[in-house]
Amino acid sequence: MLEIKNLHANINGKEILKGINLTVRPGEVHAIMGPNGSGKSTLSSVLAGNPTFTVTEGEVNFYGKNLLELSPEDRSREGLFLSFQYPVEIPGVSMVNFMRTAVNEHRKYKGLDPMSASDFLKLMREKKELVELDNKLANRSVNEGFSGGEKKRNEIFQMAMLEPRLSILDETDSGLDIDALRIVASGVNKLKSKDNASIVITHYQRLLDYIVPDFVHVLYKGKIVKSAGRELALELEEKGYDWIKKELGE
Amino acid sequence: MSENIVDKVTQGDYKYGFVTDIETEIIPKGLNEDIVRLISQKKGEPEWLLEYRLKAYRHWCTLEMPKWAHLDIPEIDYQDIYYFAAPKSKPSPKSLDEVDPELLKTFDKLGIPLEEQKQLSGMAVDAVMDSVSVKTTYKENLAELGIIFCSFSEAVKDYPDLVKKYLGSAVSYADNFFAALNSAVFSDGSFVYIPKGVRCPMELSTYFRINAKNTGQFERTLIVADDDSYVSYLEGCTAPVRDESQLHAAIVELIAHDRAEIKYSTVQNWYPGDKDGKGGIYNFVTKRAICKGDSSKVSWTQVETGSAITWKYPSCVLQGDNSVGEFYSVAVTNNYQQADTGTKMIHLGKNTRSHIVSKGISAGHSQNSYRGLVKVSKNADGARNFSQCDSLLLGDKCGAHTFPYMDIKNDTAVVEHEATTSKINEDQIFYCNQRGISNEDAVGLIVNGYAKEVLNKLPMEFAVEAQKLLSVSLEGSVG
Repeated sequence: MLEIKNLHANINGKEILKGINLTVRPGEVHAIMGPNGSGKSTLSSVLAGNPTFTVTEGEVNFYGKNLLELSPEDRSREGLFLSFQYPVEIPGVSMVNFMRTAVNEHRKYKGLDPMSASDFLKLMREKKELVELDNKLANRSVNEGFSGGEKKRNEIFQMAMLEPRLSILDETDSGLDIDALRIVASGVNKLKSKDNASIVITHYQRLLDYIVPDFVHVLYKGKIVKSAGRELALELEEKGYDWIKKELGE
Repeated sequence: MSENIVDKVTQGDYKYGFVTDIETEIIPKGLNEDIVRLISQKKGEPEWLLEYRLKAYRHWCTLEMPKWAHLDIPEIDYQDIYYFAAPKSKPSPKSLDEVDPELLKTFDKLGIPLEEQKQLSGMAVDAVMDSVSVKTTYKENLAELGIIFCSFSEAVKDYPDLVKKYLGSAVSYADNFFAALNSAVFSDGSFVYIPKGVRCPMELSTYFRINAKNTGQFERTLIVADDDSYVSYLEGCTAPVRDESQLHAAIVELIAHDRAEIKYSTVQNWYPGDKDGKGGIYNFVTKRAICKGDSSKVSWTQVETGSAITWKYPSCVLQGDNSVGEFYSVAVTNNYQQADTGTKMIHLGKNTRSHIVSKGISAGHSQNSYRGLVKVSKNADGARNFSQCDSLLLGDKCGAHTFPYMDIKNDTAVVEHEATTSKINEDQIFYCNQRGISNEDAVGLIVNGYAKEVLNKLPMEFAVEAQKLLSVSLEGSVG
C-alpha cells in the first residue's frame, strides 16, 4: 500500500531525511525506533504533507497514487491518518463539529452524502467507547484543556472515526501513564484489520508490548540503518542504540 | 504555506451585489436648505419636523468631518450625492398586491420574503429600499397587543406625539457630524413602540437595501420600550456591487424605561468593495441607547462583515439605577476594508453594570480597530464593567488595534479590561488538513469558533446566517 523510495526532505535548508526506503503492506504493523533527532517525527510529518518540510528527492507511492503530489487534506481523504505527537488545541471549535466536518469531507471525497446528525452522534458514541473517552468530550473544544492522556486518546478516537487505511502513530506513548497506554494500545489493536496497516513511531519498547509489530526499523541520522522482526525492539531496549552506532563504524 | 495560505482569503463573491431594475424617483444631487425642504415635502411632513431638519442642517454646516478615527477616509463630496431616491410605486401599499413585483423579487432574492406565510414564523419585517419603506409585515397582529411597528414615515403621520417626544432624545442632531447630516436628510427607517408590560412575541426586523446609484442612505430607527416590556430587534443590510463608494449614515435610538429590555442585533453586510479596495459602502452610523428606567437593559449585538469603511459605536447611557448595558461585536475586515468600531458605556445611575465583548478578525490589507469608552460618573456608586477585546489576525499585512478609554470618577467602581491578539496558526490549519478539512473550511471553523461567544447572542435564524457570512467574508484569505 505504501512504498517509500529514497526519500529526502529538509527544513529551512537543513536535510533531515537522507534517503528513506520503506514498504508497508496491508495488515502489517511497522515500528520505527531511533534516538532523538534521527528524523522519526519528520518522516511522519512529511508523509502527512506538513508544509514546513520540503521534499527534495524520492518517491512515495500510496495505493498507486503519488502521495507527494496530494494536498494534506487529500492524503487524509485517501486514508492516511497521523496521530500527532503534540495534538493541537483549537479553541472555540467543538469536537463534535470538528469531527463532523472531517467525516463529511471524507464522505464527500468518496462521493457519499453527508451523514445525518443522529447517525453521526451514534457513530461518535460507539467509537468513544473504544478509547474510554467521556461523554463531555463532544462539547469541548478540540484538545483544549485536555490532559496529556486525553489528547492521545482523542487522537485514537479520531482514527476510529475516520477508519484510515494507514495510521501513523507518532510517539503516541509519550506522556502516557501505564493505564492510558493500555487504553490507547487496546484501541489501536481493536482497529487493526487485514486491510489496514500502521507505522508506530516510538522511543521505547514499552508500547510494543501492547502493539506488537511485524517489523522493527531503526532510523538513525535520516536513514533506516537496520530492519528486523520484533526481537530487534527488545535488543534495543536492553543495549540502547550505541551498538548500532558501533556496527555502523561510528 | 504561511504566506500563501494566509494571503489568499478574500476573493469570495459578494452574493448580494445585484441591481434591481426599477424606476426610481430621485431628487437633484447635492445638499442645501431647499433639498432639505424638498425631502420633507416629498414625505408630507409636519412643520415641526421640517424645523428639526433645518436646525440640524444649519448645525451640520458648522461642522467638519471627524478625523480622530483610525481610518483613512477619502474626501467625500457631499454635493455629489443624491439624498433621496425612492422606487416608483404606490406609496404605502395596503396589501402586497400593490407592491411592485420587482421589489418583492428583490427581497425574495435576498432571502427576505415579504409574503407573511412564507416567512420564518416569529419574525416581522420592515423592508427598506433606498429612501423608503417598501412593506412592513405582521403589523396588524402586533397592533392587537398595542405594539407599534411601522416605517418611520408612517410613525410621523400616525403617532406624531410619540415621535416628537423621543426623536433626538438619545442622539441629538448636534451629537456629531454624521448625526447632524442624518437629522437633516433622513428618509425612512423603522419605528417601534412596545407598551407597558408587553413582551413582543416575535422578532422585529428591518432589512435595509441600497439600490440606486450615487445615493446615500440615511435611515433612522427609533425604538421605545415602555415599563416592563421586552423586544428583540434585528437589522440586516446589503447593497449592489458598484465601483463608486456610497454613503450610509444612519441613526438608531433606543429608549428603555423601567425594567424594560431591548435586544438589538445587526448583521451588517453592505458591499465591502472589491479585492483592490474599489467601491464599497462608507458606513458612518450613530447608535445609542438610553437605559432611562430603573433596572432597564439594552444589549447590542453586531456582526460587521461588510462596508469599505465602518465607523460606529453602539453605546449605552446607563441612567437608571441598576440598569445594564451589553455590547457583543464581531467585526471582520478583509482586503482593503477598514473598521473603527466599539462602544461607549456611560454609567450614571447607581449599581449599573456593563459588559463588552469585542472580537475583531482582520485579513488581507485591512485595518480593524476597537475603540471603546467606559465612563463612570461621580454618582454612579457600585458601577461595574467588564471588557474583553480580542483580535485575530490572518496574514501579516493587516492590522488590529485596540483603543480603550476609561474615565472613572467614582471610587467604588470596578472596571476590568482584558485584551488578546492571536493569529490563526499554521499548526491548527495543518491539524485540520490532516483530518481531511481544507484550508478554507479550517479557517471557517476556527473563525466561527473564535466568534462563538458573540454569535450565540444572536437569535437562532440569524446566527446560522452570520456563521455562513463569516466564512464567506474570509473566503480566499487563506490559500
